[in-house]
Amino acid sequence: MEKTVNQKAWFLILPVLLLVAFSAVIPLMTVVNYSVQDTFGNNQFFWAGLEWFEEMLRSERMWDALGRQLMFSAIILAIQVPLGVFIALNMPKSGFWSSFCLVMMSLPLLIPWNVVGTIWQIFGRVDIGLLGYTLDALGIPYNYTQNTFAAWVTIIVMDVWHWTSLVALLAFAGLKSIPDAYYQAAKIDQASRWAIFRYIELPKMMGVLMIAILLRFMDSFMIYTEPFVVTGGGPGNATTLLSIDLVKMALGQFDLGPAAAFSIMYYLVILLISYVFYTVMTNLDKKGG
Amino acid sequence: MAKITLDNLAHSYYPKPKDEDDFALKELNHDWADGEAYALLGSSGCGKSTLLNIISGLLHPSQGRILFDGIDVTHASTADRNIAQVFQFPVVYDTMTVRNNLAFPLKNRGADPKYIAERVQQIGQMIGMEAELDKRASGLTADAKQKISLGRGMVREDVNALLFDEPLTVIDPHMKWELRTQLKSLHHEFGHTMIYVTHDQTEALTFADKVVVMYDGRVVQIGTPQELFERPQHTFVGYFIGSPGMNVISADITGKVANLHGTSLALNRGYNDLNGKVEIGVRPEFVALTKSDGLPVNVRRVEDVGRHKIVRADLFGNEINILAREGMEISPDMNRVTFDPEHVNVYVNDWLKAGEVA
Repeated sequence: MEKTVNQKAWFLILPVLLLVAFSAVIPLMTVVNYSVQDTFGNNQFFWAGLEWFEEMLRSERMWDALGRQLMFSAIILAIQVPLGVFIALNMPKSGFWSSFCLVMMSLPLLIPWNVVGTIWQIFGRVDIGLLGYTLDALGIPYNYTQNTFAAWVTIIVMDVWHWTSLVALLAFAGLKSIPDAYYQAAKIDQASRWAIFRYIELPKMMGVLMIAILLRFMDSFMIYTEPFVVTGGGPGNATTLLSIDLVKMALGQFDLGPAAAFSIMYYLVILLISYVFYTVMTNLDKKGG
Repeated sequence: MAKITLDNLAHSYYPKPKDEDDFALKELNHDWADGEAYALLGSSGCGKSTLLNIISGLLHPSQGRILFDGIDVTHASTADRNIAQVFQFPVVYDTMTVRNNLAFPLKNRGADPKYIAERVQQIGQMIGMEAELDKRASGLTADAKQKISLGRGMVREDVNALLFDEPLTVIDPHMKWELRTQLKSLHHEFGHTMIYVTHDQTEALTFADKVVVMYDGRVVQIGTPQELFERPQHTFVGYFIGSPGMNVISADITGKVANLHGTSLALNRGYNDLNGKVEIGVRPEFVALTKSDGLPVNVRRVEDVGRHKIVRADLFGNEINILAREGMEISPDMNRVTFDPEHVNVYVNDWLKAGEVA
């Protein structure tokens, strides 16, 4: 068969090209534009080269924020993934209570971010919040506006409350897709509960679990609204995560150049870590037990 | 190895079954003799798998008891019953090697590692996968996976019974034959009680000493392949076993004469006071096409299947199949059929009626 050459076909992809240009390329390029120039307002720009990038790499503030961010993501992943899987394993598999659990668990996922922040901000207040007041009454020192540890506990518990159900729902979907015959065979083979989990459930869940981990990593790494509403990054800079710091720099101080360089590196870090995650997990899946 | 007794057993998937139709498995009393190979034959959805899962303990019956060698195991777990079962679709532990898959049931029961290694090697040889023992199970083809499932079923020597739930569905025909032969020789060697569920009559007839035919949640006949062929207890057995199945024609019967749409047919035995749906059943093997004797038929077509010819004809509006031996001439003026009277069975409401020899 002869290949038809029709240059007009290019016009067909033009709409997509335009759409992608407006939705992604042009906004991204403005950021790149800021990151390599200095501006003093009045639309006057001066070429700065990689200066901002170098400055940012030397900036202790950025490294601190990155450290806090990594710690935050690591902690919430370490809690949410096992907890989500545990919940999924113990949920009713079918019938009314299964649907009931699914709906109840989806509720936190439907609440807007800033509302979640507000809920926990009030919930944790020592003067009027149920949690803060109770803890205080029990004699446990808890004040997220002054105590770094309390602030961290609050934003982590909040994130666990908000997002564990996502992991649970995905893990549940993975579990539901396992044919009954597997469990029956395991019974015949007298496999222990642990062996069923290790050799049937976990391998079959791996695919969705990988998606869950990636989603939770990316989301938690970019988290802004909830901790901003609860702690505003405080006390001091204790809960100033990367995006909170970025907004402070870009909008608070109006340092557009450094902030742009910062965002590009931020983006690259997410890309890099996601890639590493993905590669490691697909390899793990291939090698297996 | 054990004798398995089903006592008043019945099962319904509804929590509160109202009438008999709600039962997937109707009341059943039966002994599976120790060391025999049974085939459980029936069309899809007739309750075969339900029965199998009840025996292995994956399902708890709504009523009745199951006994192994006289001991009630109705409420015992699958593990306690010590049964091996192979399912229709391959179940392998994806992350394990073939070797570990085969060793899994033994390891879980805490067998001696040296014995496990030997036994796994032996089974690997039996299923023809010695070379692949150290491969990961996940990358294998469907029939290789099913062979692993079969191997896992056979790896324990001390099981009370081996149950197979249409295990060869996904296996290609050549391998099917080989594995079936393997299973048979395994049965001869170890004498396990085996129950083999299938909807393929060839498979059932070649595998089993006794065939249990199920229809609509009920066991309609248990017998040797020979018995099923000659004296089907139920029209379903006649129709399901044999290729083509038994011809069933409605008739009025008084004494030793059957009246088929105004034509009379002499029977070997006498039948009196038949109530309900009365039919005669005769296998194509016992119908002969003739020129002048018997009942008039319209021959529709003749199919040559090699060893014999199948004549499809029309008898008073009913389709009737006739088996003509190889080499027999079929001419256009052969438009009558005769039945071998010794092999004409009478059915009332689908069940075989024994006649009186007078």
